[in-house]
Amino acid sequence: MSAAITSAAVSNAVLTLRWYDLALASALVLVAMAISVWQRLGLARGFAVGAIRAVVQLVAVGYVLAFLISIQRWYLVLLALLVMLIAATLTATDRQKGRRATLFVISGTAMLVGAGLTLAYVDAVVMRLHPWYDPQYLIPLFGMIIGNAMNGAALAAERLSSEMELRRAEVESYLALGASPKRASAEAVRRALVAAMIPTVNMLMVVGLVSLPGMMTGQVIAGQSPITAVRYQIVVVFMLAGAVAVTSVVVALWYQRSFFTSAEQLVVRSIPSPRSTIAAR
Amino acid sequence: MNDVPAFCLRQVEQSRGDVRTLRAINLDIPMGEVVAIVGPSGAGKTSLIRLLNRLDDPSQGTVMYLGSPIESIHVRQLRRRVAFVFQTPVMFAGTVADNLALARDLAPPAEDARATAMPDAGEMLRLAGVDPEFASRDAQSLSGGERQRVSIARALMTSPDALLLDEPTSALDPDVADHIMATIRTLAERMHLTVVMVTHRLEEARAVSSHTVFMEAGSVIESGPTEAMFTAPNAARTRDYLVRGK
Ligand SMILES: Nc1ncnc2c1ncn2[C@@H]1O[C@H](COP(=O)(O)OP(=O)(O)OP(=O)(O)O)[C@@H](O)[C@H]1O
Ligand SMILES: [Mg+2]
Repeated sequence: MSAAITSAAVSNAVLTLRWYDLALASALVLVAMAISVWQRLGLARGFAVGAIRAVVQLVAVGYVLAFLISIQRWYLVLLALLVMLIAATLTATDRQKGRRATLFVISGTAMLVGAGLTLAYVDAVVMRLHPWYDPQYLIPLFGMIIGNAMNGAALAAERLSSEMELRRAEVESYLALGASPKRASAEAVRRALVAAMIPTVNMLMVVGLVSLPGMMTGQVIAGQSPITAVRYQIVVVFMLAGAVAVTSVVVALWYQRSFFTSAEQLVVRSIPSPRSTIAAR
Repeated sequence: MNDVPAFCLRQVEQSRGDVRTLRAINLDIPMGEVVAIVGPSGAGKTSLIRLLNRLDDPSQGTVMYLGSPIESIHVRQLRRRVAFVFQTPVMFAGTVADNLALARDLAPPAEDARATAMPDAGEMLRLAGVDPEFASRDAQSLSGGERQRVSIARALMTSPDALLLDEPTSALDPDVADHIMATIRTLAERMHLTVVMVTHRLEEARAVSSHTVFMEAGSVIESGPTEAMFTAPNAARTRDYLVRGK
């Protein structure tokens, strides 16, 4: 996706890959499969299916992007963003057992707010795109922030449920003193938020040192000046920080409510019996 | 004191998944008394007292507090009037004093209005048998017995009318347990508290309580004045458990 952002703009001086070259690249997947067979990892099939899926998905996305860029219709761009949002929401919630419907609504809304507002801000204020729906920028940018927002949402939700389970006794101690559910779960929420945001902080710390972001790499390979590529990348990492923080806070504060009944009683799934809780300590 | 019981349970049933934790419970807990709930493990003792400050709700039946259906009382107010001390106390971050202050500060605004009547932390520590010097100690660093006392003092910071205790001494040495029991008896007298205490130590129940409730397999088998229960119980099952020690 990231390569596509510049392929329209700068394509002349670039080495173009042919399908034949890609076939040669697939030898690397065969190496991975061979290692899997050799070490009996049971991943050979996964690599094969994964590689085929990667090709099909990327090619399809390439064509969709090319189509959107050529046709330039605001409603089609929004539709594409919506599809990306739904796909991200499904991915973010499929690891959570139970409460799936609640979590789908919560994560979807949180990403819409977190990634949507960030994108709108960058579009209208930072980049001032003309037209505002320019798919050449909007779709790749959204792709990057939605992926990170998705991880933030999933981490916040997962960590919140494990913290609530772990801190059952603490949460009930607060409730028993007349604390609100919000107060009782404040520490669990705080830890869920830290867990959701730490990867983004770490990313900001090492970007350019340990990792070269995909988008920047793509732009450079596609012949863009590294200095220009870096400016885009800076905007992108800032967007990620904003999107992840907003998405996680919406998920954690909202999801927290589903752990309490209307009578402010704690309900955690798979409640261990009082005896086994003690034994587990 | 008064004819209205502190708690009154009628036809209370509770199921958790496939387990029927409470069956057809009818029980009055008299006001201002110390009531012991005894019975074998899994009898439903914890399940029962958790209903009294709405940490849980029954599946069926009614629970009344001072004559009002418990759901008609605002739940946070109820929980500050009916304090709960857990079997394994959780100390919040900070010092002992922080723990007590937190409990007091959780008061809703309405309760704040009668702030002059708010309990004093030093006084509550003393009542719970904690040396006032402990106020500045890190709560996490306390021993089991100290934690239990601090958690009692912390519960008292809500100015409760009733105190629920779930096996407060089960994790403690016998002499520490005896001290805590003596504390509970003093508290009940000085503060006119209704105390409902779950215990598996029969001599504890007999020494401290005025009323005893015997539970088994989710049912109340028998309840009444402690001395009568221990000397002349009606049900054969009660006699086996209380008098012959099973
Ligand atoms: N959250 C729960 N989910 C499912 N079953 C539960 C739950 N809590 C309690 N039970 C079951 O309900 C029954 C009564 O449990 P309860 O904890 O009230 O007994 P208890 O009399 O307090 O026992 P103990 O003396 O061991 O503390 C037990 O069979 C227990 O396994
Ligand atoms: Mg119990």
